[in-house]
Amino acid sequence: MQREGSPFTGIGPVFMKELSDHLTSIRMMVLTLFVIVFGAFPVASSLQTLRTVVSADAYLYLRIFTIEPQQVPISFISALNFIIPLMAIGLGFDSVNSEFNRRTLSRVLSQPIYRDALLLGKFLGGLMTLAVGLLALWLIVFGAGLLLLGIPPRGVEVARAFGFLVVAVFYGGVWLAIAMLFSVVFRSTATSALCALGLWLFFFILWPMIANALVLGFAPAEITSIDQYVGIQELAIALQRLSPGTLFSEALLGLLNPETRTLGFMLPTQMRGAIPNAPLPLDQSLLLIWPQVTGLIAGMIVVFSAAYVVFQREEVRA
Amino acid sequence: MSENVIEARGLLKTYGEARAVDAIDLDIRRGEIFGLLGPNGAGKTTTILMMLGLTETSGGSVSVLGFDPVRQPLQVKRRVGYLPDAVGFYDHMTARENLIYTARLLDIPRRESNGRIMQALKSVALDDVADKRVATFSRGMRQRLGIAEIVMKKAEIAILDEPTSGLDPHATFELLEMIRGLKKAGVAVLLSSHLLDRVQSVCDRVALFNKGKIALMGTVVELANQVLGAGHPLLVEASGIDVAAALRGIEGVQQVLPAGEGAWRVVADRDVRAVVARNVVTAGGSLSRLSDLQPSLEEVYTHYFEGERHAA
Ligand SMILES: Nc1ncnc2c1ncn2[C@@H]1O[C@H](COP(=O)(O)OP(=O)(O)OP(=O)(O)O)[C@@H](O)[C@H]1O
Ligand SMILES: [Mg+2]
Repeated sequence: MQREGSPFTGIGPVFMKELSDHLTSIRMMVLTLFVIVFGAFPVASSLQTLRTVVSADAYLYLRIFTIEPQQVPISFISALNFIIPLMAIGLGFDSVNSEFNRRTLSRVLSQPIYRDALLLGKFLGGLMTLAVGLLALWLIVFGAGLLLLGIPPRGVEVARAFGFLVVAVFYGGVWLAIAMLFSVVFRSTATSALCALGLWLFFFILWPMIANALVLGFAPAEITSIDQYVGIQELAIALQRLSPGTLFSEALLGLLNPETRTLGFMLPTQMRGAIPNAPLPLDQSLLLIWPQVTGLIAGMIVVFSAAYVVFQREEVRA
Repeated sequence: MSENVIEARGLLKTYGEARAVDAIDLDIRRGEIFGLLGPNGAGKTTTILMMLGLTETSGGSVSVLGFDPVRQPLQVKRRVGYLPDAVGFYDHMTARENLIYTARLLDIPRRESNGRIMQALKSVALDDVADKRVATFSRGMRQRLGIAEIVMKKAEIAILDEPTSGLDPHATFELLEMIRGLKKAGVAVLLSSHLLDRVQSVCDRVALFNKGKIALMGTVVELANQVLGAGHPLLVEASGIDVAAALRGIEGVQQVLPAGEGAWRVVADRDVRAVVARNVVTAGGSLSRLSDLQPSLEEVYTHYFEGERHAA
């Protein structure tokens, strides 16, 4: 059926309201605190480590993000890999069902706005909040680096680190869409939070094990050829990549470790001719991580569309 | 001029096999207050939601101010104000901020919106709490804020679902005054309610819903004539004689029913008040009350559904 009027009518006010609600909420403060606590340790310890390393490193700043310091066995990006979903879930798990429970939904939908605009406005508001939070974190890391390392970052480093920021926002977007999907499906905010957190734990704890078990199940008892071996390894990687966290860490690997030449499984023979440890130029790295980034974006769009379809069918009445 | 602002023809809503709204025809005229009445689950809310395009229709057509709520929902929603059953506002925001958000959604220019919001809040006597958080508001204040939203919107039609449910008598009275105020401003009002005597006092016309169908529609007097039969109901209070016998003897009296201690309800086919007074007094009784009973919606309602139950 053809409907009239722009589907974007009313997105602006919803976006602005969500943004200001988020930025002034206590919840956002708690989430920020979380991120600082989880992020500060790795960053502080990597800076400690980096200060003692005297060898001239062309990508010193990027190391802040990636090295695993001796004191804390977790790098800044692995901490973020874990914590960004939590932030996104915290921002999105009650975005639609709370409107429903407060009985504001039917009143808002009786204003000239389509349901898609409401949902999209809310999503973009949440995404913007995430972006603002991550940008602040990013600036803090760079500032700390500037203070403690005493040398300014090079242009490429800033560009690569900025790429990291963009990828992180998309990664957050996937989880925000997931959280919002649950907020549309479940009327109870507690149930929706529980399901989103459950999925988060599933991907971080259970999925690697399940993927391994699946691969073992598929693998023949005895591996007889190289092809077989490669096939199994590729299956393992493909399964792991169903988790957004894997896509995120692979993309960051390519971006923040310029030496990375491949993100999949690779035989030593295929490496022939490549100069080991020579950093790739930025455009080559971008090309390398492109599939991962599009994977994240596609995931975000698919989940958001699912939320939209469910929302469209929902009854607005209590 | 009785131009229709809402026209529904064969409007239908099915949930699986069940027909929540069963092919109703309904016209709401410009500037009138129209009441939708009926027991729980009769289909009032569903009808309202279809008029606003908030739920899909399963058949038939509805036109609101000439627009089709299914295909042109934005046009309809720009011109129609809706106060949902148990309306909610954002608790962490003030009354004014809540209305500002609505004003933004309506795309009212900022210059204009401040004035319109203050005026609307004043019209529902909430101007002195404009900057208090809605969390502190009572049920009645929230309802009034909902009316303020409609006033600010300058809606041509106001659709109010159970606007008086959960309000105390005083708050109900105030709210009904505000609904009359809307009518005075030229707004057509469609409201649904259970509080029949209250509805009766404001509605120009009513429709009685039953199981998804409109059983009766018209002014309260018309409905009374249809359901209770034409006639003049009287209430007589007297003592000292066999009042019932004295009343039954009067020409034109059809029914004499006891209506409490020393009181009788009389239905006659003409105005028999003068004769009643004379007969009672000449028979030596003392007449303490003789009043013309307005047909009450409550009576129509109970009578109608009693008849339904017997028929079933
Ligand atoms: N989502 C739904 N699925 C199935 N049936 C529904 C749904 N929503 C409403 N109904 C049914 O539709 C009928 C009409 O409901 P509606 O809410 O319109 O009644 P109402 O007249 O507003 O009642 P009330 O006075 O209780 O508000 C009811 O029998 C209800 O059970
Ligand atoms: Mg209802």
